[in-house]
Amino acid sequence: MFKKGLFIFTMLMFAVSVFAGQGKNSIQIKGSDTMVNLGQAWAEKYMEKNPGDFVAVTGGGSGTGLSSLISASCDIAMSSRNIKDKEIGLAKQKGVNPNEIKVALDGLAVVVNPANSVGKLTLDQLASIFTGKIANWKELGGKDEKIVVLSREVNSGTHVYFKEHVLRKNDPNSKEEFVPSALMLSSSQAIADEVAGNSSAIGYYGMGYISAKQKPVAIAKDEKSEYVEPIIGNVVNGKYPISRPLLIYTNGVPQGLVKKFVDFALSKEGQDIVLATDFVPINK
Amino acid sequence: MRKIKEFIIEKLILICGIASIFFVVLIFLFLLKEGLAVFNIVSPFNFLFGKSWYPISDPPQLGILPLILGSLLVTLGAAIISIPIGVGCAIYIAEVAPLKIKEILKAGIELLAAIPSVVLGFIGMVTLVPIVKNVFHLPTGLTALSGSIMLAFMAMPTIVSIAEDALYSIPKTYKEGALALGATHWQTIWRVMLPAASSGILAAVMLGIGRVIGETMAVMMITGNAAVIPQSILVPVRTLTATIAAEMGEAVVGSEHYFALFAIGIVLFVISFAINVTADLCLHKKQ
Repeated sequence: MFKKGLFIFTMLMFAVSVFAGQGKNSIQIKGSDTMVNLGQAWAEKYMEKNPGDFVAVTGGGSGTGLSSLISASCDIAMSSRNIKDKEIGLAKQKGVNPNEIKVALDGLAVVVNPANSVGKLTLDQLASIFTGKIANWKELGGKDEKIVVLSREVNSGTHVYFKEHVLRKNDPNSKEEFVPSALMLSSSQAIADEVAGNSSAIGYYGMGYISAKQKPVAIAKDEKSEYVEPIIGNVVNGKYPISRPLLIYTNGVPQGLVKKFVDFALSKEGQDIVLATDFVPINK
Repeated sequence: MRKIKEFIIEKLILICGIASIFFVVLIFLFLLKEGLAVFNIVSPFNFLFGKSWYPISDPPQLGILPLILGSLLVTLGAAIISIPIGVGCAIYIAEVAPLKIKEILKAGIELLAAIPSVVLGFIGMVTLVPIVKNVFHLPTGLTALSGSIMLAFMAMPTIVSIAEDALYSIPKTYKEGALALGATHWQTIWRVMLPAASSGILAAVMLGIGRVIGETMAVMMITGNAAVIPQSILVPVRTLTATIAAEMGEAVVGSEHYFALFAIGIVLFVISFAINVTADLCLHKKQ
C-alpha cells in the first residue's frame, strides 16, 4: 500500500515538473505523423538560429494534435487534414480559436513491393483495391496472389484523406469504407517496412517515405489520362492526382514566439527545409 | 515523542491505503460515466455483437464483436503456448533442477519479465512476423498467431514464478511420504505435487492470462489490427486494447467514438476483473 502511495506521489511530482518545464521560451508542437520529420527539421534549424528558444515536436496523428490544441496542451497543431466542424465547435466551447495556416503540399504515394509487376493504376482501380472489390493481383495483370491492403490507423490524417479523396472520390454522400481485412498499421514507417518485405502488399503514405525498398505506383485520373509518377515536379504542376495541403493550426493569429516560428517556417529558409524533407513548398 | 511519530506514520499509511482504493473507485466511476453514454446511440446488443467497426464514419458503426473475438483468440493462443511451457518450467525449477541451474533459470525468467513490451513487439515485428509468413505461406505475417507467440513470452514469467511458489509451499512431508511409499520421482510430481499445488497453479495461469488480455503495445505492433471476425489463427486480428490505444488520440472528446472507446474499456475491465477474481478464489481455496 505504502509503495503504491509513493508511486502516485512520484508520478505527481513528475507531472508537476513537466508542466513547470513549459516556460515562456518553449513551443509545443504536436500532431500529424506525416509532418513530424518536417516539424523536427524546422525546430532544429530554428533552435540553431535562436538559441534560448526551445521547440518540442511530437507526433501521434493529426487528430491527436488538434485535440491537444483544443485542450491547450500544445501551441501548434500539425495536421494533414482540415479541421472538422465538430472540432471547431469543441474548440470554441473551450475558448480556443483554431487558425489555419498552409505550410506545404504533400503528394500521397501508393507503393507496392519492387518485385510486383504492377506499376500503374487508375484512381478507380485504387478505390476498388482499397475497398476490397479487387482482391487479387491477377485482376490487374500481376501474379496470382491475394492483395494485402495496408492502411494507416483512423487517427491518421492520411487515412482520412485517402478515404475521402480516393475511396469516396470526393463524394460526401459516398459510403465506401476500407475493406475490413485491411491491416491498420500505426505509422507510415510500419507500412514502408511491411511493403518492403511483402510482395503482395499495397499501401499509401506521404512521398517522403519512399525508398529503394518500395516501388511507387504511377497513377492516372482515368484510363484515358496520362499515368503520373509521384515526384515533386508533378505535385507542383498539379498533374499528380493525390496531393493535399499540409496545415498547422494555432490558437488565434500567431503571436510572440509562435509567430516567430511560423514566420520562420514560411520563410525561404523554412520552405527549403520543406523541399529537403521531400515535401512540396507552397510558394515557389 | 515516539508515540507521536508512531501515530503520524500509522495515519500516513492509512491514508495511502485509502487513497489506492479511492483512486480505483474514481477510475471505475469515470469509466462508467463516459462509457455508458454510448448506449444512447447504439443498443448494448448491437455494440457487443455488431460485426462492423467503422468508428469515424457518418453515422459510425460501433460493433465490437470482431475486437472481442480478436482479443480472445490471441489470448487463447498465448495460453495454449505459455501454460504447458510455464508450468513445466516451474516444475523443473521447483523439483528437478540442481541448485546452480535453478538460480540461473530464475534470474533468466526475471529478466524476461523485465523486457518492456514495446521491445518485445519490435523484436517480434522484425523476426517472428517474417518467419510466420514464410512457414505458413501467408499473404502477411501480421497475424493472431504472431501476437500469441509474443504474448506467451510475456505471460510466462508470471506463470512460472507463481506456479513455482505454489509448488515450493507444499509441505515437505507430502513429497517424503510419496517417495517413502515407493513412488518414483515423476509419479511423485504428477500424482502428489501437482494436485496439491493445483489451486496455486490455476491462480498462476489466470494471472498470466490477465497479463495477456491487457497487453497493448506488442499486439498493436504485430497482429495487423484488421477488424474482421477471425476465421483462423493465421489471419490478422484487432484486439480491444489495441483499438483503444490506436484510436483514443483521434477521438473528439464527447463524440460517439470517444464514448465507444470508454465502453470498450468497461468490457476490458469486466473481463480482467473476472479473471482476477477467479485467480483470487483459486488462491484462497488453497488456504
